[in-house]
Amino acid sequence: MKIRAQIAMVLNLDKCIGCHTCSVTCKNVWTSRAGMEYAWFNNVETKPGIGYPKDWENQSRWKGGWKRNRNGSIQPRIGGKWRVLANIFANPDLPEIDDYYEPFTFDYPHLQNAPELPAMPTARPRSLVSGERLEKIEWGPNWEEILGGEFAKRSQDYNFEGVQKEIYAQFENTFMMYLPRLCEHCLNPACVAACPSGAIYKREEDGIVLIDQDKCRGWRMCVSGCPYKKIYYNWQSGKSEKCIFCYPRIEAGQPTVCSETCVGRIRYLGVVLYDADRIAEAASKPDERDLYQAQLDVFLDPNDPAVIAEAEQQGIPHAWMDAARTSPVWKMAMEWKVAFPLHPEYRTLPMVWYVPPLSPITSATSAGKIGLDGEMPDVKSLRIPVRYLANLLTAGDEKPVTLALERMLAMRAFMRTKTLDGVVDEAIARRVGLKPAQIDEMYRIMAIANYEDRFVIPTAHRELGADAFDIRGSCGFTFGNGCSGGENEVNLFGTPRKANNRAKNPMEIA
Amino acid sequence: MQTLNAIIFGWYPYLCLTVFLFGSLVRFDREQYTWRSGSSQLLRRSQLLWGSNLFHAGILFIFFGHFVGLLTPIWVFDMLGVSHSFKQMLAIVAGGSAGLMCLIGISLLTHRRLFDPRIRANSSFGDTAILLILFAQLLLGLSTIPVSLGHLDGHEMVKFMTWAQGILTLRPGVAAVIFDVNPIFKAHLVLGMTIFLVFPFTRLVHIWSAPVWYLGRSGYQVVRSRDGALGATDRPLQPAE
Repeated sequence: MKIRAQIAMVLNLDKCIGCHTCSVTCKNVWTSRAGMEYAWFNNVETKPGIGYPKDWENQSRWKGGWKRNRNGSIQPRIGGKWRVLANIFANPDLPEIDDYYEPFTFDYPHLQNAPELPAMPTARPRSLVSGERLEKIEWGPNWEEILGGEFAKRSQDYNFEGVQKEIYAQFENTFMMYLPRLCEHCLNPACVAACPSGAIYKREEDGIVLIDQDKCRGWRMCVSGCPYKKIYYNWQSGKSEKCIFCYPRIEAGQPTVCSETCVGRIRYLGVVLYDADRIAEAASKPDERDLYQAQLDVFLDPNDPAVIAEAEQQGIPHAWMDAARTSPVWKMAMEWKVAFPLHPEYRTLPMVWYVPPLSPITSATSAGKIGLDGEMPDVKSLRIPVRYLANLLTAGDEKPVTLALERMLAMRAFMRTKTLDGVVDEAIARRVGLKPAQIDEMYRIMAIANYEDRFVIPTAHRELGADAFDIRGSCGFTFGNGCSGGENEVNLFGTPRKANNRAKNPMEIA
Repeated sequence: MQTLNAIIFGWYPYLCLTVFLFGSLVRFDREQYTWRSGSSQLLRRSQLLWGSNLFHAGILFIFFGHFVGLLTPIWVFDMLGVSHSFKQMLAIVAGGSAGLMCLIGISLLTHRRLFDPRIRANSSFGDTAILLILFAQLLLGLSTIPVSLGHLDGHEMVKFMTWAQGILTLRPGVAAVIFDVNPIFKAHLVLGMTIFLVFPFTRLVHIWSAPVWYLGRSGYQVVRSRDGALGATDRPLQPAE
């Protein structure tokens, strides 16, 4: 048993209102830089839809994640080591920037500088890549916002596998959900495996997956390797970048920026212990539908005396064990089983989990399209959204998703009778296999969602960290060589360089 | 003329090699963040799949061909019973075909770099310059073939081998060996040495980092422990100037 700890995240999709605050705050902090305009470490997709980048879930096209060989071993779907190296000159599985979107700005100065005109001056779009005029913006980071665009296009969504689209079309007005996405900080990351330089690594102490910007050589295999397409090639610096799970904040015991700023309080952060020795076995299960359960089996119970003793032995700090015992992620994923990994069939064992949304079910109920099972809507009778959610979260296994939805409905019914009628209806709890006390706790953590219940993050141990004394007064979180990015504004002889290797901003073009 | 020859083929090689090695070392040590292949595939895929593959396959073959052909001691060939004229023919045929492959590739890449608005806007002076230098060097190399066909006994080739090995074994006065070769060879040599000279200042440095070690990585995953014991080491942050 090799015990490692991971700061994992759960997103309660039931409460996501699709406001994009997470995306915007993340972008402001981490990616509002040249070369990364198109990159959103965190983005919110409207589902059903093909997402960002286009069609990212279609792994027969992008070859992300792992595939199981006939002999039971797994290898990256883009190929083994020889094939990765053979494709290093031109990677056939790399998306083009248009698959994300061509970053653009507008000619704002024209609004102020335009001469007297018969018509109002307008700010027309301009490409941030080439600096040239964009006559029409064809795609953006969230083009399908609130089911924008034609259904024919959105229905290319990979999660419709096994769903009859004609039947789905009936639900088009009632079934919509938001899916905020960020790096999954997987237990079995395919990006790490695909990186020929060995520049990407998983941190042992908190599971955060990072790219060493000094060691990255821009071979861009990680972009293809990641099935979630959450590694972005910075076309300006020639290095790949990804969500860093705000590790400087996590180390200080603070939530990530996306979690901190989430107005819907949908995000949870907590410690999960796992057994690193069981990862390979869990990731190579023959049946994709077993992968969700296999990942649950990799997790270690922080209340188990054997685990506690072993963790002590292996030097997991006490604060981390305490945090693991009060971890909201552990409760939702393991105790109540209401949170699920995103696309476990990619075999990466992702660590950002999702509570499925109830809204399609409740809105279908109020539209009279769904039967009632006693007090509660009969989840199973609404086959299509459940199937869709199962394709998204459990590799198509509908049973766990149904149970989770029923438990969430039970929580509502239980609390309704409790607060309105003053009756504790144990039968409701028992029907979904929970105790009243558990439902009370579910309610406290999932519905009330106080700050201290959502974010249980132990701080990194000061005595284990690097000595920061000699970096006092340094440039802090920077790229390149301390304060220098390695690129000079002037050439060898002191003359300012031509800015032709930089995308021009509109003020320069005017 | 003798003096000029001695300067260009006797001294210039050492200047180029020194800058090549020390420049690379300094850049690797100081400016890791700029050490990358500089791929532009994300911005434009067309022309790159064929262009880059043909170019790289061709140029790698040519590079190792030159390496083996110029630096293998002459007695090794004699011992193996490879005649000079046979070796020259081999170099012409194999090098010529790889050269053609490379030529197709680099033409595609150059067209893309100069005429695709996205790529052109994001090319540094160095990116474009090194591509054009390589293009010119390839054309020069290919145009030595007709000259070589004029003397198939291999004696000219032996001169180049003697010179290259003499330079690397620090033999003074070895430049005189190639004093009388065809100017087209000399131009090829000068430009070749110049590529070594500018190497550390261009994206060519990615050649040093060809990730062949990937094949030797045990398993796939890389985990870094807090003290940096496993896997890579942490570079300390630089204090502010």
